[in-house]
Amino acid sequence: MGRQYLLYGAVMLEIEIDGQAAQVAEGSTVIEAAHQLGIYIPHFCYHKKLSIAANCRMCLVQVEKAPKPMPACATPVSPGMKIFTHSDMAIKAQKGVMEFLLINHPLDCPICDQGGECQLQDLAVGYGSSASRYQEEKRVVSNKDLGPLVSTDMTRCINCTRCVRFTQEIAGVMELGQAFRGEFAEIMPFVEKTVDSELSGNIIDLCPVGALTSKPFRFGARTWELSRRKSVSPHDGLGSNLIVQVLHNKVLRVLPLENEEINECWLSDKDRFSYEGLNSEQRLTKPMVKQDGKWIEADWAAALDYVSHALRDIAAKDGAESIGALLSPHATLEELYLAQKLLRGIGSENVDFRLRHSDFSADGKRAGTPWLGMKVAEVDKLDRVLLVGSFVRKDQPLLAQRLRKAVKRGARVSVLHASDDDLLFKPFAKAIAAPSQLPRLLAEVVKAAAESKGVAADAALSAIVPGESARKIAESLLEARQGAILLGNYAQQHPQAATLQALGHQLAEIAGIRLGFLGEAANSVGGYVAEALPKGQGLNAAQMLAQPRKAYVLLGTEPEMDTADGRAALAALEQAKTVVALTAFKSAAMLDYADVLLPIAPFAETSGTFVSTEGRVQSFYAVTKPQGDTRPGWKVLRVLGNLLEVAGFDYESSEQIRDEVLAGQDGFVSGLDNAASGVSLTLDVAASTFERVADVPLYFADALVRRAPSLQAARDAVAPTARLNAASLSSLGIAAGSLVRVRQGDASVQLLAELDGAVADGCVRIAAAHVDTVSLGAMFGSLSVERA
Amino acid sequence: MALLGAINPLMTSGWAGGDAGWRLKDYVARGGYEMLRKVLTEKVSPDDVIATLKASVLRGRGGAGFPTGLKWSFMPKNFPGDKYVVCNSDEGEPGTFKDRDLMRFDPHSVIEGMIIAGYAMGAARGYNYIHGEIFDVYQRFEEALDEARAAGFLGSNILGSSFSYELFAHHGYGAYICGEETGLLESLEGKKGQPRFKPPFPASYGLYGKPTTINNTETFAAVPFILRMGGEAYLNMGKPNNGGTKLFSVSGHVNKPGNYEIPLGTPFAKLLEMAGGMRGGRKLKMVIPGGSSAPVIPGEMMMDLTMDYDAIAKAGSMLGSGAVIVMDETVCAVKALERLSYFYFEESCGQCTPCREGTGWMYRIVHRIENGEGRPDDLELLTSITPNIMGRTICALGDAAAMPVSGFIKHYRSEFEYHIENKRCLVPRDVQWAGSTFYTGPSC
Repeated sequence: MGRQYLLYGAVMLEIEIDGQAAQVAEGSTVIEAAHQLGIYIPHFCYHKKLSIAANCRMCLVQVEKAPKPMPACATPVSPGMKIFTHSDMAIKAQKGVMEFLLINHPLDCPICDQGGECQLQDLAVGYGSSASRYQEEKRVVSNKDLGPLVSTDMTRCINCTRCVRFTQEIAGVMELGQAFRGEFAEIMPFVEKTVDSELSGNIIDLCPVGALTSKPFRFGARTWELSRRKSVSPHDGLGSNLIVQVLHNKVLRVLPLENEEINECWLSDKDRFSYEGLNSEQRLTKPMVKQDGKWIEADWAAALDYVSHALRDIAAKDGAESIGALLSPHATLEELYLAQKLLRGIGSENVDFRLRHSDFSADGKRAGTPWLGMKVAEVDKLDRVLLVGSFVRKDQPLLAQRLRKAVKRGARVSVLHASDDDLLFKPFAKAIAAPSQLPRLLAEVVKAAAESKGVAADAALSAIVPGESARKIAESLLEARQGAILLGNYAQQHPQAATLQALGHQLAEIAGIRLGFLGEAANSVGGYVAEALPKGQGLNAAQMLAQPRKAYVLLGTEPEMDTADGRAALAALEQAKTVVALTAFKSAAMLDYADVLLPIAPFAETSGTFVSTEGRVQSFYAVTKPQGDTRPGWKVLRVLGNLLEVAGFDYESSEQIRDEVLAGQDGFVSGLDNAASGVSLTLDVAASTFERVADVPLYFADALVRRAPSLQAARDAVAPTARLNAASLSSLGIAAGSLVRVRQGDASVQLLAELDGAVADGCVRIAAAHVDTVSLGAMFGSLSVERA
Repeated sequence: MALLGAINPLMTSGWAGGDAGWRLKDYVARGGYEMLRKVLTEKVSPDDVIATLKASVLRGRGGAGFPTGLKWSFMPKNFPGDKYVVCNSDEGEPGTFKDRDLMRFDPHSVIEGMIIAGYAMGAARGYNYIHGEIFDVYQRFEEALDEARAAGFLGSNILGSSFSYELFAHHGYGAYICGEETGLLESLEGKKGQPRFKPPFPASYGLYGKPTTINNTETFAAVPFILRMGGEAYLNMGKPNNGGTKLFSVSGHVNKPGNYEIPLGTPFAKLLEMAGGMRGGRKLKMVIPGGSSAPVIPGEMMMDLTMDYDAIAKAGSMLGSGAVIVMDETVCAVKALERLSYFYFEESCGQCTPCREGTGWMYRIVHRIENGEGRPDDLELLTSITPNIMGRTICALGDAAAMPVSGFIKHYRSEFEYHIENKRCLVPRDVQWAGSTFYTGPSC
């Protein structure tokens, strides 16, 4: 049997499986070769994304000349190999293993939550016998508390260790292991610990039996009762593909829809469990109008009539420019497009979806729409990366997973940030400093790269002297074959975001690497495509709050949580004459400042489009009917357009709107470009003690996830504290765990002080987007800390 | 007593001094470290060392009997980076106690063997993984290492040569599975002792992912003696394909249980005679010739066998580690198997399915039979379980657990049947008690 060398260099071996000849790449295993031929070999522990364990022994097959059956998952193919997956020897071996797997496994599928979607149950039909020969006492294993998301029934565990390998290899942190020996072996977390990974839900999918099941979904329905509908995650910029499972018009579960180019076969916990928020008690299901300070339910006609009159009155009396619109970057492309078209139609340019941004000086200087700068699938192929201002592990968990994969392949990832959070891989070099100093740090890297390469640096950098870590980072980037500088959410929200972008662009040019923005939200790219941002004299998101308007239109957002300065947002909304909120949820704050609440459908109840951080256009249909009187946002905006007599509002379907926005762009949008020219660099911001480092915790990031009870019970959703490093705590004479008063401007809140060695010197990390810290104000700025 | 008897002793030749004769000076006085000196100063090539071992047909003394010279030649020669030599002193097989005494009475022979192994295979580092239940021996081995270091037999540029080698002892925690060579490597790396699946074999992917050769303590201890006498001469001490002498740990119902060194190919009858014959003059009932995992051989069959790898294998068992467990007519075969099955049930690592689930199942059935709750179809069930375990697991523990079951049922089926039918032993209880110096617990 010969070897064949193909053009691309892989050696192909000729083998035979069940009499079928095949050519497979050298180094592949028998199970991979079989899958290539479409031959199924039963297995439990094998998973294409995980390391080989070969412990379940279910995939034993006969290999010619081998005296005993071989595990297909761990046996590499060799030239001329003849494999029999269904020979007497193979079947006998597989049936033997199945019998062992079942002797201690409860045979009570009817009461097991995994019933109907259980690999063991399925394979037992083919390989098990109708009655057990095991007449002894069966094993009982105590259940483990893995946290609010994963439910356990450990007696059902077959010790395949998929979950153990997932946490170590993909999630990047050892949270599960196999303790004890032999028949007493148990899968468990560390004593008194739960599984807190932001990717933990994937172990539910991986578990081939009912040992690990979804806690929120537990005993909710049988798998065969559920309809499966495709959708797209409305959270981070990745646009993970979903299978939404629906029963009686209610979303009961979300599973990953495998897409190797985006989320592979994984989902972050946020994408997986946020559906609980769809059924929140705070869902707004009827239009409501405030009259004489009292909320009354209205019908759609009356509510829309009220809105159109209110907006018309204000435009007539105070001018259209006194109306502003704050749009959520999690809204659909169609909603964003219609909202800006409506505002512009009535004469206002004040529209923006970049709610958490605080620097808009790049407006008009950008070469195109900021995006990831590459395909998502290219992230794990990078070999040199500089991550600037990013809580990537929490903000884009699956992108962090891809970076981890890159590091495993030998990539050097350096970090420039205000907090040295554990990324679950070892950064090559780190530069950690107060937020105000991030532009200077990045400038140092640019300068070092220019010097090292012998090219002229920007004249504005003449006074910059690169430090040691800047040089180390620059050197590593100059070695790049596939390099990138990635600006995270924090860098995009930074008060000198334009400077960071311009410096990033310079660095990318010098080092011959790519510049990318990690998408903050599902439509961070889509917002630009829909032109949902001000042009000319229009006010941007920050200006609309700083220069309060007479009327605001809110689309899918709670500005006190979703903007760069929640305090200013509240103040602006409270003074406004009219606040129209198109929203899926109501909150106490909203009932206070709003005048009309129009219930619009969240992602599961409307058709729409998200343009992901890689520029990928992903349209989706509604998976359920809208709850109550809720209507899809595009329909509401369309009718408002008609009532306000704006031309071109005669859409019949969301597809029509999408086609108008995208104008023939298919698959991926065009006009993506991260260059910025003519930005004046701001590098000389003096550091102050203390500076606030405000992250947006992943389970507070948008209105939907804030209302998902199980996620709110997760460790990542703990109430904000004032986190300081040991030096800062001792300089203040404050003990960790004591109550402190934090003052920012004329606002102050009381928080618990917490020791966090990751926080940069002279900084206090206080999470944003939480009701406890809204009153503090802007995400960036100086503050003082004192004993309470 | 250190050694109870020997024919042409090699490895035990230095045991005469007992606990007083293990120190470096004693070993050197016996001609120790001469071979190391010779190899290093006369610049004997590594290939020549391996060739001598190949000629000697030294077969691995840990149980599998793989030719040592061949194993050493598998180590990649020009590997860039670390290579390791590991000594498997995790002697946990019930019935085996030879490595313990080797390290107790002549630790330097093991050390010298490991240094020569490092030289022959181009490794700069060695580890001796010592069983957890013999802590005093571990301490003595550490002392011996200190002596060797102080004398310049370990460290940089040993005896002025360009060869540098460091050797460390590691104290295990007593799990049987860590005696499986890849389980040992995992444990040595600080992980849970669970065997790895092979391929890749340790010679290409061993300790810390580097090429590694693992040999038994006795194998290493034999190396200096082989070099001294030459491969041919060593081979000729035994019989063809079974070179040299071997230590046998004789236990059970003999008058003088203990370690014996005899040339391979010596008749079992001779060994039994050296061990003082059967206790109380009772009749030999059965022998487990190579440690608890070897299938049992009935006494009359055993008396015709010679003690070497090939003869025992031909009789359907294994020479294994050389643990000869002798049982007389007072032994109930069911009770003996129950004890063995319990051991494997207890020691299975739990990694792969057939062993994790099968060992417990087999033990519970045998336990039931022994306690008078056997069912008519139990024997058929047991004999159908064993082939589902053998050859289906990651490591050999599955085979080791299944072989005693099939072996006992094959040779003593009538006793099992009697047990199931009559709910009591074929061997009367008072006879069983008479064969033991201690109370064996309630039987039926």
